Amino acid sequence: MIKEAAIRKPLILGHKTYHDITNDVVGPIEGNAPRQWKIAISIAAVIALYGIGSIMYLVGTGIGAWGLNKTVGWSWDITNFVWWVGIGHAGTLISAVLLLFRQRWRMAINRSAEAMTIFAVLMAALFPVFHMGRVWQAYWTLPLPNQFGSLWPNFNSPLMWDVFAISTYFSVSLVFWYIGLIPDFATIRDRMVKPLPKKIYGILSFGWSGRAKHWTRFEEVSLVLAGIATPLVFSVHSIVSMDFATSIVPGWHATIFPPYFVSGAVFSGFAMVLTLLLIMRKTMRLEAYINIAHIEYMNIVIIVTGSIVGVAYLTELFISWYSGVEYESYAFINRFSGPYSWAYWMMMTCNVISPQLFWFKKIRTSLTATFLLSIVVNIGMWFERFVIIVTSIHRDYTPGAWGEFHPSVTDIGMFVGTIGIFFTLFLLFARYFPVLALNELKTILKVSGESYKNSDKH
Amino acid sequence: MSQDKLQFQLPSQTKMWTTALMAIGGVSAILGWFADKTDHHQYWWAMLLISGFFFFAIALGILFFYSLQYAAEVAWSALLKRLFEAIFSYIPYGLAVIVLVLLVGQFHGHHLYHWMDSSVYDPASENYDEIIAGKQAYFTPGFFWLRVIAYAAVFVGFARYFRKWSIQEDAVGGTEIHYKMYKKGATFLVLFAVFSSTMAWDWLMSIDTHWYSTMYGWYIFAGMWVTAMTMATLILVWLRGKGYYAMMNESHIHDMGKWMFAISMLWSYLWFCQYMLIWYSNIPEEITYFKERYDHYMVLMWVIFAVNFVVPFYTLISRDAKRNTKYLTRVGVIILIGHFADLYLAVIPGTIHGHLLWGFGEGHHANFGWWFEIGMLLGFLGLFLRVVLTTLTKAPLIPKNHPFLQESENHHI
Repeated sequence: MIKEAAIRKPLILGHKTYHDITNDVVGPIEGNAPRQWKIAISIAAVIALYGIGSIMYLVGTGIGAWGLNKTVGWSWDITNFVWWVGIGHAGTLISAVLLLFRQRWRMAINRSAEAMTIFAVLMAALFPVFHMGRVWQAYWTLPLPNQFGSLWPNFNSPLMWDVFAISTYFSVSLVFWYIGLIPDFATIRDRMVKPLPKKIYGILSFGWSGRAKHWTRFEEVSLVLAGIATPLVFSVHSIVSMDFATSIVPGWHATIFPPYFVSGAVFSGFAMVLTLLLIMRKTMRLEAYINIAHIEYMNIVIIVTGSIVGVAYLTELFISWYSGVEYESYAFINRFSGPYSWAYWMMMTCNVISPQLFWFKKIRTSLTATFLLSIVVNIGMWFERFVIIVTSIHRDYTPGAWGEFHPSVTDIGMFVGTIGIFFTLFLLFARYFPVLALNELKTILKVSGESYKNSDKH
Repeated sequence: MSQDKLQFQLPSQTKMWTTALMAIGGVSAILGWFADKTDHHQYWWAMLLISGFFFFAIALGILFFYSLQYAAEVAWSALLKRLFEAIFSYIPYGLAVIVLVLLVGQFHGHHLYHWMDSSVYDPASENYDEIIAGKQAYFTPGFFWLRVIAYAAVFVGFARYFRKWSIQEDAVGGTEIHYKMYKKGATFLVLFAVFSSTMAWDWLMSIDTHWYSTMYGWYIFAGMWVTAMTMATLILVWLRGKGYYAMMNESHIHDMGKWMFAISMLWSYLWFCQYMLIWYSNIPEEITYFKERYDHYMVLMWVIFAVNFVVPFYTLISRDAKRNTKYLTRVGVIILIGHFADLYLAVIPGTIHGHLLWGFGEGHHANFGWWFEIGMLLGFLGLFLRVVLTTLTKAPLIPKNHPFLQESENHHI
């Protein structure tokens, strides 16, 4: 076996055997649920229920229950939507793009990142769906045949493109995630003693036997899906950005929006992955697999994407002046000095300045600092969308129509609720699913495992 | 390793044809000067800018890629680093051409850049231009030239630094130099992130002085990157044909092909997003750029998009294509021509203002029937290759002591 370069950091710490990996990953599923998990899911479920209650109230009352007004017709709803879609991007980037780049460290984090993607996209979908008001007519967004009545969708609208982009993205992410899970479900099936779980995991694993042919197909299909998912990483958030950029609202219409939104999405997604994984590695004792090396790599991705976002902010700011267009300049002056300037500076601090702290090796290898900064970035990225959306439309061409936005209880309830639903789903995943791609990890054990890497024998 | 040629020798034949190319360029430049009937030989200067920038961008794109390899701890490309170093050694030559164009413009030898004319800022003058006057702070000669000096210092400085320590690593070994390069690579990427955009605004976007697009810098960067990867692949294939790089395998070629494919798609994505958003919102401040191109260069504009997007997409998507050197060479040449044309379309409409009827047309300003443009391209190609290949002879082709060298030799995908 060809060894990797000595200067590469080991990805699996300590002396692990193949059997240890299986035990470490499947063990928690077989045992009883730990107390912490029960407490955590109870809290998450209560918050989730509050969110569901808010949604029911919204549907029963109408969109007026949100704080939207004639001037600010889009606010928290779309902010939350973009925020959640963005968070989803890390999963696809890790599983698809890092697979194409053959990054081995991806194997410890891809499973949970992909799960996070799926849950985040589900949360995102709630907002536009309920924003329709008459949610029972949500199927009108689909291009149903003319015999049904008439063709409703406006294909010229980026909102329409969004429906296709996100549903495609969701389907591909789900398939990608599930294909990866199949061999691991089979491992769990083979270990289960109780007949019912054995049966369930047996069905989930689609009769996987581990034959060489299965593995060949598995690898081929992974590469093909990665090839399909990579353009999706770009297309989804590009199209989300076009919801704004195709308009002529100053502050929304900028050609840099698509790539800059993609970068921002990856940025926020990695922050969320870090928030989740730092807790998970500790509570599930996965420190040997998700170690400092992984955290450092993720922090480097955060520096890169955060800096790209920073360059984009400054580019927009500069061009707003350079353009010589009065409306364009004012949109940005209003951003950093108007009534919502606090949100702008919050965004700048959290997204541009704080990730630069990761240039210090001490900070990017510190668990506490990483955890805190990951939350800071999540907050910053929420504010970014809020700044783009609200500060651009609250004062546009006609000063007579200027206004401000105040969130209602329902706005807050629905947003907080989605966080609850998201964590409930993620906790269920952590309890019943193999949280690491254990069969994939086994393929790098002898190459990147600490005790194998540092010994002459292999 | 014994049968591998470790030191590149410049074949006399190659010397001959690169000299011949440069001679073609020289003759075209001289004849073109007299054939050019545009005001202040505007078209001639524009072609010099295009040819100068095109090859400079290839060298700079490779410097970016080289830094990226260090910063991202990439192994497979370690074997090829001398080739990259040779390509980025062209940076000073490319810069010299651009600086010449800028200097002559600053002293009013041509009017590629409207904002270099001080009367546009003067409200009393009949040339007063309110929009350009609004941008004066950015275009004051002091600030502008400070930026030019900063770009030159950073690009040349980092290129020399990498080259020096890379050769040093061969002699010294250890990992200290590697980590030094790793840090410097990351630093360069930061500076490049800012300068690649501002440079594109300064030298290219400002030709259409009224117009602006926040995407512009990234779009030019994507073009730079794809031409860089393509040119590197072509030179690599040529070197392999001469018996060099025998320890390299098909997987390396495959990876180069992947970059050509991927960055072609990145360019297409950025081109499309910029175009679509401007077309869709159709506001007068922005649409002028594409209106000019629509009115006078419609065919060229769509041919460029087709050549730079459709051709690489269909020809390079398969694995076999990316491993076939003959095939890669052919597609590579098409991509390079496509991006040269893209740069042409970025510069010419803003300098000639729709008067040019290119080809054998009856345009009253310039009428070259293409020999001038092709001659300039070939001349600079000759210079570029001569510089690159000469630098390549000056150090062992295969580096020693690079920590990822073994991984690179064993590269298999």
